[in-house]
Amino acid sequence: MGQKASGWKEIPIAGVCWRPSTEYQTGDWRTFRPIHDSNKCTKCLLCPMVCPDGAIKWNAETENIEFAYAFCKGCGICANECPVDAIQMVREGEEV
Amino acid sequence: MTAPWKFTAREIVEKPDLFTSGHRACAGCGPAIALRQIMKATRGPTIVTNATGCMEVVSTIYPYTAWKVPWIHTAFENVAANASGIEAALKVLKRKGKLEHKNVDVIAFAGDGGTFDIGLQALSGAAERGHDFLYVLYDNEAYMNTGIQRSGGTPHGASTTTSPGGKVIPGKPQFKKPIANIMVAHEIPYVATASISFWQDLIIKTRRGLEVKGPAFLHVFAPCPRGWRYHTSKTIEISRLAVETCVFPLWEAKYGEYSLSPQSKVVALKPERKKPVKEYLEVQRRFGHLFKPGFRNVIDEIQNITDKRWNQLLKKCNIT
Ligand SMILES: Cc1ncc(C[n+]2csc(CCOP(=O)(O)OP(=O)(O)O)c2C)c(N)n1
Ligand code: SF4
Ligand SMILES: [Mg+2]
Repeated sequence: MGQKASGWKEIPIAGVCWRPSTEYQTGDWRTFRPIHDSNKCTKCLLCPMVCPDGAIKWNAETENIEFAYAFCKGCGICANECPVDAIQMVREGEEV
Repeated sequence: MTAPWKFTAREIVEKPDLFTSGHRACAGCGPAIALRQIMKATRGPTIVTNATGCMEVVSTIYPYTAWKVPWIHTAFENVAANASGIEAALKVLKRKGKLEHKNVDVIAFAGDGGTFDIGLQALSGAAERGHDFLYVLYDNEAYMNTGIQRSGGTPHGASTTTSPGGKVIPGKPQFKKPIANIMVAHEIPYVATASISFWQDLIIKTRRGLEVKGPAFLHVFAPCPRGWRYHTSKTIEISRLAVETCVFPLWEAKYGEYSLSPQSKVVALKPERKKPVKEYLEVQRRFGHLFKPGFRNVIDEIQNITDKRWNQLLKKCNIT
């Protein structure tokens, strides 16, 4: 003991998270990797809306779907939902 | 009245996420999809407050945050009280001319444990006092963050760690609490149910909940692959089945006036499209024990309660 405890004006009000979660890359959780076939893709824009991780982007310049593999956890929802089967799940390290 | 919100899929997809990548939700997490979709429907400055639960934990693991808006964690039981305080503070700032924005929206997120059970009192009070905010219940039907305990939102027959399906009980013995009807009974301006499998409907309802003056309540169906025990790729498929079987019908109630949403209306108008609940149950291992000899009657009980509640809903929507 001995040391005087901080008064209520000195202690922080609450913990504050200040670093963006995008600095933390969840892509290395992945076992299966989504592979997108842009020839089959009809650009219906369903897959970016059902991704839990915001890991599927629409590139307005190239007019194409792009995967952010740094964040994709490999759940496979996109492949399951794609109406034209333009997404295949492939085990990491294996060839397409 | 504001003109109805019109949007294209492209605009929504191009709108930057306010609930961003790098959060630590499990692969295939339904609630994470719900939050992403809902945050696509904001209309301007927005403050979010989050009850304790998976979505709070996974989005703000110190020192990281997945939120691009001001966000406040609150205790498990009082997110609606917190939202009330935020809204009251905004009102005072506005009155004193200290608010630079014309409008700031307030959204409260909570899970089923935080809503059906421990947060109900704070929610009921906030609704009765008429605070202007949107309460979003993301319903994964159990206390997931602490390891799959049953809640008032867990459905009949589901196996959880505190209602284990085995020799003694067939999973949870009780039925799911009709929470959205309880909120309609508060006579608040807007109550709706929504599903992550129909994202357009979900974001339209989110926007309506934000636009309406006074409390709005949105009950979002959000499967959890971890707790429901199905493959991570099936989250949207299972959400859709819940609507198609009428286990989780989609509707809204504006000032107590019920109406069916399009995806459930098709089932009402063409009853042959209504799928048996078995198709919904058999794809989830939390119901796996019901398919073994012994508990098969529970599947009939689930079908019966589903039909009973569906017929009650049709009556409320004036569909006979
Ligand atoms: C008063 C209190 N009791 C218990 C807990 C422990 N706890 C933390 S999260 C949680 C479960 C939350 O369940 P739910 O609201 O359904 O959200 P989910 O985790 O399923 O998303 C519990 C019991 C707590 N934080 N506070
Ligand atoms: S336990 Fe369920 S709700 Fe929680 S992060 Fe995992 S998938 Fe999402
Ligand atoms: Mg829950």
